[in-house]
Amino acid sequence: MGSTSCQGWSNRPMTLFSSLRQLADALGRGDCTSLELTAAALDRARRLDEALNCFITLDEERAMAAAKAADRRLQGGSAGPLTGIPLAHKDLFCIEGWLTTCASKMLATFTAPYTATAIARLQSAGSVTLGKLNMDEFAMGSSTETSHFGPTANPWALQRTPGGSSGGSAACVAAGITAAATGTDTGGSIRQPASFCGVTGLKPTYGRVSRYGMIAFASSLDQGGVFARDVEDAALLLSVMAGFDPRDSTSSTHRDPWLESVPESGVGRLASGSLTIGLADEFFSEINEGEQRIDEARRALEALGIRCRGVSLPHIRAAMPAYYVIAGAEASTNLSRYDGVRFGHRCEQPASLTDLYERSRSEGFGAEVKRRILTGTYALSAGYFDAYYLKAQKIRRLVAGDFAAAFGEVDLLLAPTTPGTAFRRGQLTDNPTAMYQQDVCTIPVNLAGLPSISLPCGPHEGLPVGVQLIARHFDERRLLQAGAAFQQATNWHEARPPLEGAP
Amino acid sequence: MNADWEAVIGLEIHVQLATQSKIFSAAANQFGAPPNSLACPVDLGLPGVLPVLNEAAVRMAVKFGLAIGAEVCERSGFDRKNYFYPDLPKGYQISQLAAPIVGPGRLEVPLDDGAAIDVRIVRAHLEEDAGKSIHDAYAGQTGVDLNRAGTPLLEVVSAPDLHTPEQASACFRQLHSLVRYLGICDGDLSQGSMRCDANVSVRPQGQEALGERTEIKNINSFRFVEKAIRFEIDRQTDRLEAGLPVLRETRLYDAAKDETRPMRGKEFSDDYRYFPDPDLLPVVIDEAFIEAVRTELPELPGARRRRFREEFGLSDYDASWLTREPEVADYFEAATGADGSDAKRIANWVMGELTAKLHRGGLSIDASPVTAGALGRLTARINDQTLSSKTAKIVFDTLWAGAADVDEIIKAQGLRQMQDSAELTALIKDIVAGHPQQAEQFRAGRDKLLGFFVGRVMKATGGKANPRRVNELLKEALGKQE
Amino acid sequence: MACGADMDADDIDIDHLARLAALRLAGDERLAVERDLRRIIALVDEMQAVDTQGVDPLAHPLDATQRLRADEATERVDRERYQAGAPEARDGLYLVPRVVE
Repeated sequence: MGSTSCQGWSNRPMTLFSSLRQLADALGRGDCTSLELTAAALDRARRLDEALNCFITLDEERAMAAAKAADRRLQGGSAGPLTGIPLAHKDLFCIEGWLTTCASKMLATFTAPYTATAIARLQSAGSVTLGKLNMDEFAMGSSTETSHFGPTANPWALQRTPGGSSGGSAACVAAGITAAATGTDTGGSIRQPASFCGVTGLKPTYGRVSRYGMIAFASSLDQGGVFARDVEDAALLLSVMAGFDPRDSTSSTHRDPWLESVPESGVGRLASGSLTIGLADEFFSEINEGEQRIDEARRALEALGIRCRGVSLPHIRAAMPAYYVIAGAEASTNLSRYDGVRFGHRCEQPASLTDLYERSRSEGFGAEVKRRILTGTYALSAGYFDAYYLKAQKIRRLVAGDFAAAFGEVDLLLAPTTPGTAFRRGQLTDNPTAMYQQDVCTIPVNLAGLPSISLPCGPHEGLPVGVQLIARHFDERRLLQAGAAFQQATNWHEARPPLEGAP
Repeated sequence: MNADWEAVIGLEIHVQLATQSKIFSAAANQFGAPPNSLACPVDLGLPGVLPVLNEAAVRMAVKFGLAIGAEVCERSGFDRKNYFYPDLPKGYQISQLAAPIVGPGRLEVPLDDGAAIDVRIVRAHLEEDAGKSIHDAYAGQTGVDLNRAGTPLLEVVSAPDLHTPEQASACFRQLHSLVRYLGICDGDLSQGSMRCDANVSVRPQGQEALGERTEIKNINSFRFVEKAIRFEIDRQTDRLEAGLPVLRETRLYDAAKDETRPMRGKEFSDDYRYFPDPDLLPVVIDEAFIEAVRTELPELPGARRRRFREEFGLSDYDASWLTREPEVADYFEAATGADGSDAKRIANWVMGELTAKLHRGGLSIDASPVTAGALGRLTARINDQTLSSKTAKIVFDTLWAGAADVDEIIKAQGLRQMQDSAELTALIKDIVAGHPQQAEQFRAGRDKLLGFFVGRVMKATGGKANPRRVNELLKEALGKQE
Repeated sequence: MACGADMDADDIDIDHLARLAALRLAGDERLAVERDLRRIIALVDEMQAVDTQGVDPLAHPLDATQRLRADEATERVDRERYQAGAPEARDGLYLVPRVVE
């Protein structure tokens, strides 16, 4: 796109499928301005959002003001790696002065008075915030159907879900509105929607990206990450977002010179000859659709000289039930602060304090959030703590131990991201436990705090399939180098949804 | 209390730690600011905020642990205690249940009669304070001020080793003294810097099993601890003697009515669903940290009390009294440094006149207009008989009014005692001669008239004569020597 | 009382849980939530079959310890901004229905 002229942008939406690096180059060369890029993205967002509903907030005024400032920086030669590039953020990242709703009625009018560290880093690197993206309410869900602001559609098939909880982010990137978007992953909320929407989704090692300002669902599992067109872009964004934050006690002080060098040098070449990837039957037995695509992905990696072998993760099956206990327990108390006293929804005319609490919370939270709160309350309550919460934490150690043992033998694990492709809206809404099965392949990774990426690996019956790579703690280097090598050898990540006819 | 019954009392004392910032946020830890002007996003529990532990709070807890000879736990952790209340912004309090920072220790508690008892401390743990509810300002509504939310607290839990209201009060007082010595709390009870919960039960004398207990919450003075517990023991004893059960409940002490009554409204859950706070990681304290804190430990009240007794020959009572507040003990000790000073006299002045005056003036001893050095010199001048108790008082009052030098005051006001026997003898001779009738009556046995003559002499000397010497000389002159 | 693998989702006291969680559930919603919760607990109970004898619970994925913050009061409080979205505030106080102690 280096030769694309500026005035072409808004008439040629396909160019919005350019990568972050291409956009940065074009801006750097003066082929286009941030104002043009931002206007084009806003225009596309407005045109597509009627069908997709991936934005909760679009703010033209702020976005254009930021773009103007970015253009000044570009002209002044003080540009950062993302200067002038529009990005959109999952609506659970607090951004000062922006509505930050978590897709909940509870926070439908909440304006954040401060900015999340991860977003602040992206903003200081020069990115332009275009808007806030739809999601499952409080990130609880796998389909972006529990949003107070209505469901998001999958750009590949509008009657299907984009996955969740970061479905708005996945749809936004898949539809070419922004080149990349932020998301969060507690049990698969980046990787599963990335898989459903045919984009690259990265969940970093727990502790890599600060959780400060990221509205908590389950504190020991939540991790901020990114959706991008390809692995190189995901790595670039991670290098900006990651890093120790004194405001987050769980933020890691781990320094990674490789990651710091990514904006200059990219992810670098994989030493593929010395790499071994493990495949666990326990994951593959969960596949319903797209097994062939996963198999082809494995073969593509083998063709690069990577060795593949079987490994065993015997406790993986218990990860999902343990996850719903742990996530529920943490969520049940993380969400106690929504009490109608200091911010958020308050019921009309509370008759008493108890009335204020119970009605505000019952009105403000949707059904799935209530289910999770009650599940967690059950698991922590007197008489059940040992059999549920403690039991789940013991299983968590067994699951983490399985991974540790596997990583004694292999460098990366390869697994399906999801059991199947994007399902239809409404297909699972009446069956919460069937919905929970969506995350069966992603959840174990969160329990162990490992980094993982979902890569598009071709369609199954016209819908994207994702393959997941998993690495050791803080070994994003191998994870992303292998992912980048896969994307050099294949072009599945370049597939575009048939949205041309969209209004 | 009836001799057939024995009370069993345990205390839980909340000590607000004197840090600059809050336990989990960088907002100022201060009292008395406008409502919610010290409540930052972390204290307000805004969406997305996270706690980060204050190093000074940990250091202070460790200091306390070392001071009570407790084990400082190498690995401690924070738990969430879940309940809904308007002054609890997150819907949970961050506290330590499973792994407190300070393990078992002991506290030596001196009693007023000079004896001392050993009280076991079960544990001490760190937690965050809640905000304040203001109930009376608005019709039908309660106001919530979260300035106090996030103030670091050290909760000290005693074993049920106390058996009388006086012992309980002495234990609270001793803890107060200890945390003041350690410099970890300002000790200002009127501002809630230390608050005491008392668990009280009563059982028949000689019975092993404990009776059902009640918990009296939030008592904020030594006197009220004593009164609240006394009321509660009597109430429980009355019920048991009437064949009524004691109900396990939380009660509040109403100082105006001098009674305890069940707490209403604040519906505390019986199920706090404690679990490890996933926003915080295990707190690991290494040996180097502990040793560094150990070097900061001052001489503790017990050691100082014993030293005062031995070094200055003070009674148990005086030594206890003077060592209770570190500033008082420092003042006393500084005063004893003056040449020729008299420790016992200093003790009397400090415990009597000085304390009374400070109290009336609402001053702390640090702000005393009478410096320790001046008080020491004052006692030296009493000892060398330059001053009488009466003139000493004049000097003291002059010092209080702002003068600095004892000897200059004596000189300027001519307060030196008349020691010269010849001068005094002549004066006395004149006075006796001037009152022959009274002298006759005295000789006839009206001993009381000696006072009359002393009065005349003191008046004539402007109070500067040494009273003891005047007595001797008068008796001599009146010819009634024994 | 819960113990081991014989857990039974039938002993869910939905009203007690709702009270602890400060949620009001009534009528059809209460029934639906109770039904869903039973299904969720039944799913979760699959983990009861795993032998966890002698296994320590794992509360956090990384073996990290708590960092300590220097004791400095650096946070500036902007009360007006923080209270801008408060449902009810007066004279700097958040207001709630009258609480009796």
